[in-house]
Amino acid sequence: MKPAPFSYLRPTTLDEALAALAEHANAKVLAGGQSLLPLLSMRLAAPAVLVDVNRVPGLDEVRSDEDGVAFGALVRHAALERDADARRVQPLLGRALRLVAHPTIRSQGTTVGSLAHADAAAEMPMVLTLLGGHVTAASVRGERRIEADDLYVGPLESCLEHDEMLTGAWVPALPARTGAAIDEISRRHGDYALVGVASLVSVGESGAVESVRAGYLSVSDTPLVVDLSEAFADGEMSPGNLAAAVEVASAAIEPDADIHATADYRRHLAGVLTRRVVAAAHASLTTEGVS
Amino acid sequence: MTDTAHETHEVDLVVNGAAHRIDVPARKLLSDAIRQDCGLTGTHVGCEHGVCGACTVLVDGTPARSCLMLAVSADGRDVTTVEGLTEPGDRLSPVQQAFKECHGLQCGYCTPGMVMSAIDLCTHHPKSSETEVRALLDGNMCRCTGYQNIVKAVMMGGEAMASGQPIKTAETA
Ligand SMILES: Cc1cc2nc3c(=O)[nH]c(=O)nc-3n(C[C@H](O)[C@H](O)[C@H](O)COP(=O)(O)OP(=O)(O)OC[C@H]3O[C@@H](n4cnc5c(N)ncnc54)[C@H](O)[C@@H]3O)c2cc1C
Ligand code: FES
Ligand code: FES
Repeated sequence: MKPAPFSYLRPTTLDEALAALAEHANAKVLAGGQSLLPLLSMRLAAPAVLVDVNRVPGLDEVRSDEDGVAFGALVRHAALERDADARRVQPLLGRALRLVAHPTIRSQGTTVGSLAHADAAAEMPMVLTLLGGHVTAASVRGERRIEADDLYVGPLESCLEHDEMLTGAWVPALPARTGAAIDEISRRHGDYALVGVASLVSVGESGAVESVRAGYLSVSDTPLVVDLSEAFADGEMSPGNLAAAVEVASAAIEPDADIHATADYRRHLAGVLTRRVVAAAHASLTTEGVS
Repeated sequence: MTDTAHETHEVDLVVNGAAHRIDVPARKLLSDAIRQDCGLTGTHVGCEHGVCGACTVLVDGTPARSCLMLAVSADGRDVTTVEGLTEPGDRLSPVQQAFKECHGLQCGYCTPGMVMSAIDLCTHHPKSSETEVRALLDGNMCRCTGYQNIVKAVMMGGEAMASGQPIKTAETA
């Protein structure tokens, strides 16, 4: 199928873009188009107006400092994945981006577009939530910062107002004595994952495990982060504690069945990945050195 | 607001070095504009939602799914399609020659997309490992070959581009 007709606007300044969004109630932002174009072609979306923001200047910068990584709305997945400073400051970014779609999609799709798209099967909304990052939304009414925890309200639904667009996002640096890992299982490389898990494991000065958190893909309506620390109360990264962590995770997730996997299978995968990814995040502390 | 159903846009594209000025509705996909308005049917269209990779072209030198870009968004951009790879004297480019030598195609439906995806890798990372080639092509589907010969072809094409040596063909060998 082909997209339904729409009007097309291509603002060349942010103010113009925001004015267009304010003027047209049924308008959508077009960034990389890697999620929106399929929706238009399948006629799952039929906005009256598309506001193509690709020629708005100043939105394609990645800035990293010791506190975190900020990236603009037009930073492509591939550019963020390649950015050496961003990878050093927050290694989970690059590791997660490698799992997003295929190289050709990553060279066009934007990471902020993925955050706006609010898909609980997508890696980056979950990573933003796990890391405790935020996004910046702008409209003719002004600018506001939205914490990841407040951004996602339902399936494919964020709390953005129709006249708002995201101008950028920020994630904090990986804290000291913290390891990060991500892994997922998908039917083919680059497909949306059946289940994915990312984890942050922090240890104290003695090396005892202090905090274990994990983010889950495709097992809930909105990006889900579960605190697994209680399973590691004795500070050990032991098989017994990992099994206990799987129990904690299993109680928190609510996978659905679809044509690709039953709910039980997803639950099983979530357990396998929890064990694998938490152990990998912990192991990365020793293999990569503590910074 | 203009009448959406009849709104058209004048779009300037440089396709394989030739300038095209086309008049298209906003909803026209770049893939359709290349095929219908520019008359270049080497770019194939399979799924039209970004999954199969058959429609891959280079936009400003970067691989892109032409079914996931509006023609109007590509205004002023430089597009390379599979037709643009042909070398002087109507010779196939090294990557295309390698597909031929390695039997990297059967029905040929996926081939333009495979070749356009491979061009980027062969140009920028000609010495890629098999794992890297497979990772690059993981977004391109082929229903015929079973992929082995496509991977071989991309590796051969990359080597030929790196060394500048022509590929030994059945005719030249
Ligand atoms: C075959 C295929 C496989 C894929 N696999 C994966 C995968 O495994 N994991 C994954 O995470 N993604 C996957 N994707 C999606 C891809 O990551 C997209 O790039 C991303 O989801 C959206 O970014 P975009 O820039 O392309 O946004 P667009 O498609 O342009 O927009 C998507 C939505 O976000 C809105 N939007 C975009 N930017 C803004 C903004 N700045 N402010 C407000 N709203 C905005 C749009 O209005 C639209 O509703 C896949 C896509 C394809 C085609
Ligand atoms: S036709 Fe574009 S990816 Fe299938
Ligand atoms: S050769 Fe037929 S689809 Fe690849």
